[in-house]
Formats: sequence, C-alpha cells, structure tokens
Amino acid sequence: MIKVENLTKRFAGITAINNLNFEVERGEIVGFLGPNGAGKSTTMKILTSYLPATSGRATIAGYDVFEQSLEARKHIGYLPENTPLYQDMRVNEYLRYRASLKHVPSSKVKERVGDVIELCNLREVQRKLISALSKGYRQRVGLADALVSDPDLLILDEPTIGLDPNQIRQVREVIKNLAQKRTVLISTHILPEVEIMCSRVIVIHKGQIRASDTAENLLRNHRAAGSMRLEASTGTDDARSMLAQVPGVKDVTEEKDGEYGIFQLRLEANTDPREEVMRLAGNRQWNVRELLRRRATLEDVFVELTHSDS
Amino acid sequence: MRTFLTLLGRELKSYFYSPIAYVVIFFFLIATGFNFYAGVMFLNRSDAEITVVEASFNTVLFWFPFILIFPLITMRTYADEFRMGTFEMVTTAPVQDWQVVLAKFTGAFGFYCMLWAPSFSYFVAFQLISGKEAAMAAGAYGGSYLLLALLGMFYCSIGCLASSLSTEQVNAAVMTFACIFAVFLGGLVTFIFNVTNPALRDLISYVSAIEHMADFTRGIIDSRPIIWYLSMTALVLFVNFQVFQYRKWKA
Ligand SMILES: Nc1ncnc2c1ncn2[C@@H]1O[C@H](COP(=O)(O)OP(=O)(O)O)[C@@H](O)[C@H]1O
Ligand SMILES: [Mg+2]
Repeated sequence: MIKVENLTKRFAGITAINNLNFEVERGEIVGFLGPNGAGKSTTMKILTSYLPATSGRATIAGYDVFEQSLEARKHIGYLPENTPLYQDMRVNEYLRYRASLKHVPSSKVKERVGDVIELCNLREVQRKLISALSKGYRQRVGLADALVSDPDLLILDEPTIGLDPNQIRQVREVIKNLAQKRTVLISTHILPEVEIMCSRVIVIHKGQIRASDTAENLLRNHRAAGSMRLEASTGTDDARSMLAQVPGVKDVTEEKDGEYGIFQLRLEANTDPREEVMRLAGNRQWNVRELLRRRATLEDVFVELTHSDS
Repeated sequence: MRTFLTLLGRELKSYFYSPIAYVVIFFFLIATGFNFYAGVMFLNRSDAEITVVEASFNTVLFWFPFILIFPLITMRTYADEFRMGTFEMVTTAPVQDWQVVLAKFTGAFGFYCMLWAPSFSYFVAFQLISGKEAAMAAGAYGGSYLLLALLGMFYCSIGCLASSLSTEQVNAAVMTFACIFAVFLGGLVTFIFNVTNPALRDLISYVSAIEHMADFTRGIIDSRPIIWYLSMTALVLFVNFQVFQYRKWKA
C-alpha cells in the first residue's frame, strides 16, 4: 500500500529524513515511532503530496506521490499534526465540504457524513462552530474528516497529542474500530499506544530508520537490557561483588534496608540469570525475600534505539 | 469542476462568516449611493452634455472607495490559511493547486460583483423617474460595467497575490492598497506632469484606469484595455500560483 524508496528531504541546512526505505502492506497497522524532530511529520507530508521530496520516491497504492499525486491522494485519509480546521464552519457543514472535495458522490455525502459523525461520537456537537469545540472534539472532527471518503489508507500524525487520558482512550477506540479493514500509518511518541494498536513498529530517529518489526520481536531481539531486583539479608558477605560476577550481570548497586540489602542488577541483553542468582543465594545461605526480573519494555528499546549518539 | 465549485462555495461563504463582509457592503453601498447622488446633483447644476453614468464614475468620490475595497476583499484569502495551516488539509485532498488559486480569485471577484449589483438599480430608477436615459446608449451601461469588471479582476488578482505573500491579513491589505494605488497613480502621470514624449503618453494612457473609465462610460469600448486587463490578471494569477506552491512546499 505504501512503498518508500531512498526517500530524502532536506530543508535549508537540515536533513529531515535521510534515505528512508520501508513498505506497508495492505491491512497493516503500522506505528511510526520516533522522538520529536525525528522526521515523522515530514515523511507523512511527503506521502500525502503536501511536500515534495528532495530525492527518492514514494508510491501509494502503486501511484507515485509526486507524478500521480491526484490518484495517490484519492486513496488517503490524512490527519495532519495539530489538526488544522476551518474555525468558522460548523462541524457537519465542514464534513460535507470535505466529503465533496474528496469526490464522495453527491448522493452519498449526507450518508457518509452521518456515518463518520456516528463513528467519531460527534453527534452532540455537529451543529456547533468548530472554533467553539474543545481540543478532543477537534481531534475527532479531524479523524472524521480523514474517514469521510472511506479511504483505503489512513495516515494519522500524532492523533492523541494534547488530549487528556479520557479523550486519548476515546480516540484510540475510534482508531481501533476503524482499523479493521484499512491500512493505517500512525505516528506517535506514546509507547503504550503502539503496543495496544499496532501490528508493526517502524522506529525512526534523526531521519533514519532504526528498526522495523513487531513490538514483540523488538522486545525479544533487541539489545535493550532488562534488570533484576534482589532483596536479601546477606550477613557478612560482600554480596555486591559476588553478584557482579554472575554471568549476564552488567553491574550492581546496593541499598541498605535494615538487615536486608536491596540490590539492583542491570542485565545484559537477552539474559536471565535468575537461576544462577538463586543458586548463589542458596550456597551462601542468604535470606531472600524478593527476586524480581523486569523485562525490557518497549520504552527501553525505544530509548536504546533513539539514544542521541547510538 | 465539482471540486472547483466546492472550493468556490467555501470561498464565497467564508466572506459572510466574517463581520468584515457586512461592514464592506454597508460602506460600499453608502459610498456608491452618495456618489450617484452627487452625480445627479452635479448634472442639475451644470449644463454639461454628459450622462449620469459618466458623472457617477468619473469622480474622486468614486475612485477613493473603489480602491479601498480590494484590500478588504482579498486580505484574508491566503494569509489566514497560511497562518492557520489549513492549506495542509485542503491540498492533501484530491485537489489541484491551480483549482485552489482560481477558486480564491473567483471568490474574491464574485464578492466584488455582488457589491456592484445593487448599484445597477440606481440607474434604472433614474431612468424611470426622470424619463431621461441614464446613459447615452446601452453601450455606456455595458461599457461602464464591463470596465468595472475588468478593473475588479485585475485588482482582485493583485490582492490575492499580496495575500499569498503574507501571513498577517494586515500586511496583505497594506501591500494590496500600495500596489493598486501605485498602478492607479501610474495612469495619472499625464494629468499631473506635462509629458511631451508621445510614446510615453501613449503607454500611460494605455494603462490608465481613469482614461479607460472616461472612455468606457461614454460607450467607447476599446479592445486594448480589455486585452490589457485580462492579460495582466492572468499574469498576476500565474505569479500568485507560483508563490502559493513555493510557500506550501517550504512549509
Ligand atoms: N519547514 C521546515 N523548515 C525547516 N526545517 C524543518 C521544517 N519542517 C521540519 N523541519 C525539521 O525537520 C526535522 C524533522 O521534523 P518533523 O518531521 O516535524 O519531526 P517529527 O514529526 O518526527 O517530530 C526537524 O529537525 C525539524 O526542525
Ligand atoms: Mg511531528
């Protein structure tokens, strides 16, 4: 559905995206993940023909976004960053205008607008001026706009930014519902969102792709280290240096809690030295009251991948 | 075509969403009404052989409000959308940039035409009441309104261009006023200075709105001004289109 080849975009002095290559298959829900300034919005603006690329090419449903831009755009429902809307129009009037711009047949406009108003829970504000709506409602008007032509491909740029937790939940619900028969590319820097919604994640940093995989595979394969927490009373042993020698342990910190020591073990990637640690504790007759392994989260992977100098 | 009409519909409606439209309409009606009244009064006092159409359109009272309306009509067109970022959703729909540019221009021009529509009734009323012809011939009516349309096109295109260069409406308005005023003054040079070079004289009268108006209100319809205004409008719109794309791509 989306195919991006060697895509590069330079602004005066800044390379916003550098030689991107990726594909999104029909039916996928892909999370486009990266810190601020990574180049997510720039990529989306090129895909929607708003900006021309400096070099490289991109196609939507087989149509080049530059050469056959009109055809390509017919397949896209786009929610730009910050959701620009005509403030002086009413919600239903705006959606009718958008439907007709997007070539929805005149006889279908009313029905489609009704459908998206239902889908995005806009019924109670449909006669209000857009300027009078709260941020959450505006975001949903933007979503309704993206959906009104029933496009195959949705490109959503940070659809939940600036919303409160309830609104985020509502918008996520909407996106999840409508994703069922569509291809979705959604940019965000909110991690749980990706884990909940996306079938695949593309991590982008400084204009380059750092990873492209399912969230599970990223967690399984990635170098991001997990950690372990041990609470034990270790008597007179120098437990810290003993623990540090267990294979797979990177380093150890210790805090005192009365008789007990609280040890934080940073682990190397893909290691699970729980058994070794228990064996050591048994041999040295430590009293263990807690042993906890924390798996690497997507957040750890993300931090690792987008660490400034990595 | 439907896309263009949708865009145009939004443009025209957007004039009436803002209070400025009503203010413009109100003052414009007062100005043209008064202007017509002054024209009639002038005819009452003098025995010059001119018609009321001619008397109404060839005064300072006419030109001053006339030039002033274009900045007000066009200032919003692009500047506001650049400021709000709404071009991003307009141009990522299956819409072509030239359709946007033409719709903005046609919207501005359409609103301008609406402003003039009531004035037509003054002359009809004059004719009915006085029994005199308001214009010497049908040609003078046609000529006057034709020239108003041509001037309107040219000046609206200047306003659209200025707005496409701005992000603040005020800047657009000032720029539009300055440009139109400069173009207008250019045609006044021969009235102020004694221009002896015949080629220069011809050139100036070729572009002089005042001279065109003097001719057209008398029913003398010359094709050169028609070509001049149409081609200038096309040229300005072409530049407008380039500026629009350039700014959009830089965004
Ligand atoms: N119009 C522009 N002019 C100059 N630089 C820009 C412009 N738009 C974006 N950039 C730069 O390109 C980089 C990527 O920006 P963006 O795509 O908006 O990142 P993201 O959406 O991932 O936060 C940033 O460094 C940003 O400053
Ligand atoms: Mg962004």
